[in-house]
Amino acid sequence: MTGMLKTHKALALAGAFALTTLVSGVAHARDQIQIVGSSTVFPFSTAVAEQFGQNTKFGTPVVESTGSGGGMKLFCAGIGEKTPDIANASRRIKEGEFKACRENGVTPVEVKVGFDGIVLGSVKGGIELALTPEQIFLALAKEIPVDGKLVANPNMKWSDVDPSLPDTKIEVLGPPPTSGTRDAFAELALEGGAKKIEMLAAMRKQDKKAFAKVAHAVREDGVYIEAGENDNLIVQKLEANKNAVGIFGFSFLDQNSDKIAGATINGNEPTFEKIAAGDYPISRSLYFYVKKEHVGVIPGVEEFVAEFTNENTWGDDGYLADKGLIPLPEADRKSVAESAQSLTPLSM
Amino acid sequence: MTEPAPQVTGSHVATTPDKKVDEARRARTARRYAAERRFEYMGLAAVMSAGAFLVILLWTIVGNAIPALTYNYVSLPINLEVDDLTQTNAIEYDFRKIVRAGLTEAVPNVSGRRETRKLRRIISSGAAIELRSEVASDPSLIGKKSDIWLPLSDTADLYLKNLMGDITRPESQRKISDSEIGWIDDLKGQGKIETRFNSIFFTHGASREPEMAGIWGAVVGSFLTLLVTLVLSVPIGVAAAIYLEEFAPKNRITDIIEININNLAAVPSIVFGLLGLSFFLAGVNLGWFTIGGFFPRSAAITGGTVLALMTLPTVIIASRASIKSVPPSIREAALGIGASKVQATFHHVLPLAMPGILTGTIIGMAGALGETAPLLLIGMVAFIVDIPGGLTEPATVLPVQIYMWADFPETAFRQKTAAAIMILLAFLICMNAFAVWLRNKFERRW
Repeated sequence: MTGMLKTHKALALAGAFALTTLVSGVAHARDQIQIVGSSTVFPFSTAVAEQFGQNTKFGTPVVESTGSGGGMKLFCAGIGEKTPDIANASRRIKEGEFKACRENGVTPVEVKVGFDGIVLGSVKGGIELALTPEQIFLALAKEIPVDGKLVANPNMKWSDVDPSLPDTKIEVLGPPPTSGTRDAFAELALEGGAKKIEMLAAMRKQDKKAFAKVAHAVREDGVYIEAGENDNLIVQKLEANKNAVGIFGFSFLDQNSDKIAGATINGNEPTFEKIAAGDYPISRSLYFYVKKEHVGVIPGVEEFVAEFTNENTWGDDGYLADKGLIPLPEADRKSVAESAQSLTPLSM
Repeated sequence: MTEPAPQVTGSHVATTPDKKVDEARRARTARRYAAERRFEYMGLAAVMSAGAFLVILLWTIVGNAIPALTYNYVSLPINLEVDDLTQTNAIEYDFRKIVRAGLTEAVPNVSGRRETRKLRRIISSGAAIELRSEVASDPSLIGKKSDIWLPLSDTADLYLKNLMGDITRPESQRKISDSEIGWIDDLKGQGKIETRFNSIFFTHGASREPEMAGIWGAVVGSFLTLLVTLVLSVPIGVAAAIYLEEFAPKNRITDIIEININNLAAVPSIVFGLLGLSFFLAGVNLGWFTIGGFFPRSAAITGGTVLALMTLPTVIIASRASIKSVPPSIREAALGIGASKVQATFHHVLPLAMPGILTGTIIGMAGALGETAPLLLIGMVAFIVDIPGGLTEPATVLPVQIYMWADFPETAFRQKTAAAIMILLAFLICMNAFAVWLRNKFERRW
């Protein structure tokens, strides 16, 4: 009898506990900011979130790395505490996303935070490359024009691309198609290179879609190796293979500058100064978008924007520069900070 | 007349035609033995290679993790004789200036903006926060000047641990400058640098600064999540197993249920994450009302519920197998002396099946502990600094923390990652050992 009672009691207790936990989950107001979006902005956004949590009375914002597109989808889904307050993006909001936002009653406020360079790096003492976007395209595109026709990329060695390049096998470790870094690389490096090639430039004038298809297609014959979204892993693989070249964000080059050197593009090294000046061609702007409707509803949104756009944060000597963010020029910082802090809605 | 062939016990006569048979038989036996030996060697090789992989794995993880268990601290003369600092505002006071002043006092004769910036780089950017919590816990420090131990920066720490790589390389090719090395060596020579147990790692939540990052937030998050999983999956799973095994009629419907449970056990975990996202977070709109959508994003309760759904089939299958293995004679004896079916089940069958049920549950829990995929969709793969104080607060779990640290660019996170893996492994070993202990203690044979 006691055995049965005990078991029953235990079961009933467990059930009651489960029920209370379920119920307590129902009504709970959010008291910290929720941020979603790009994995490239993630390292910077988290650094600001942490400082913000330490130095204000507000809770530390929760930052999720969902990718730019995934973040925008969540952000634009509507207003209310179930939806995130801020979306990070490693590209500008797309027209379709902006429309979806407006339809769901979301007014995004755009804040441009800085630049990120994409680097082709190799281990120090290994292969050294001085490239042009055109050469990058000829080395990595799926199809390249040969004698006026598009053929599967026949270049197996760097010297096949251009005799001035070393006589070693092309081996490039880079992010998979799901990555924003890959999108930006295709857009800035490959497309930039394709435009320089006469035949493709002509094609671009006639049929933009067909051009984009050729310009963004990365070869799949084993020369370009998809090494996963983890940039650290790419860096570690480079250490093991002297002849391999990796594609990753500037902050990883910055943190591993003792071991890894970046290839020059058009004669420009991937350095902080050259990317900031716009000389290094493969760089993109980073953004975050604030949901105006949540200002004053979720505590701390306005203050978070103020913290992010503070000179101590995103300035030339700010702590984000130590994390590898390349700041906007001073004049731009001023105007962006002004429009961000006054919460000027984005119009497209 | 032919001689009778000599008899060999248990075998045929060895005449000329039979010799061949004998040889063939011997060859067959030899082949069988050879096959047996081959199999034995293959088995041995399999065990040895598995063992070798395990040793390599543990070797690299432990080797990487050991440096993370200690940290280098520097003693700075901290002057808390400042006018605007009182006991009441200490909790929100900005100690950065005070730390910088202490640093300048400890390393005098540094001039120029560039050099000053370099000097500031040898101390952790979290030192001010550490000082604040020190003052908060010991307010008597206010108004006095005292030497206080504060954490160095991650680069300085890596240098002291010899993890910087080759420091004889030219200055431009390493992360630490000549002047920083000079100051650190100087302070070390004065006995002002001390290697201590890295308590920050075991007490703090996540951080973007490797030296301020700790595993405690993830440990608490994992605990809360598993608590929800346990509380939901065990009663429901065991009740379902008892009903299906002892009470349910055997018909087509129960067959279909059984097949479904077995299928669910094999469903990839990410699918449960999608279910959690669409049902628990978003809710299903049925036109006139919405079902679900009652859980907050990133919270332990949401993750725990999703993981409970994931482990339920495992718990049900293990419990059913365990209940089935209780001999029918036990039930018949109980029923025979007048016990009701419920009494027979709860007094006799369930206690005997308990070790098996518990083992299955713990194995299921261990699986849930290592899961990240479903949590990705419900927002638990996130950077969360504050240590969760309840089931509805944002939380993350151990494997997610490992994944995120492995992705940060700062090199010092490599050691943190390995150390976090060790903690996760320790958790898993404890849980599995507990399962084995339970089985051995309560196991019964018939």
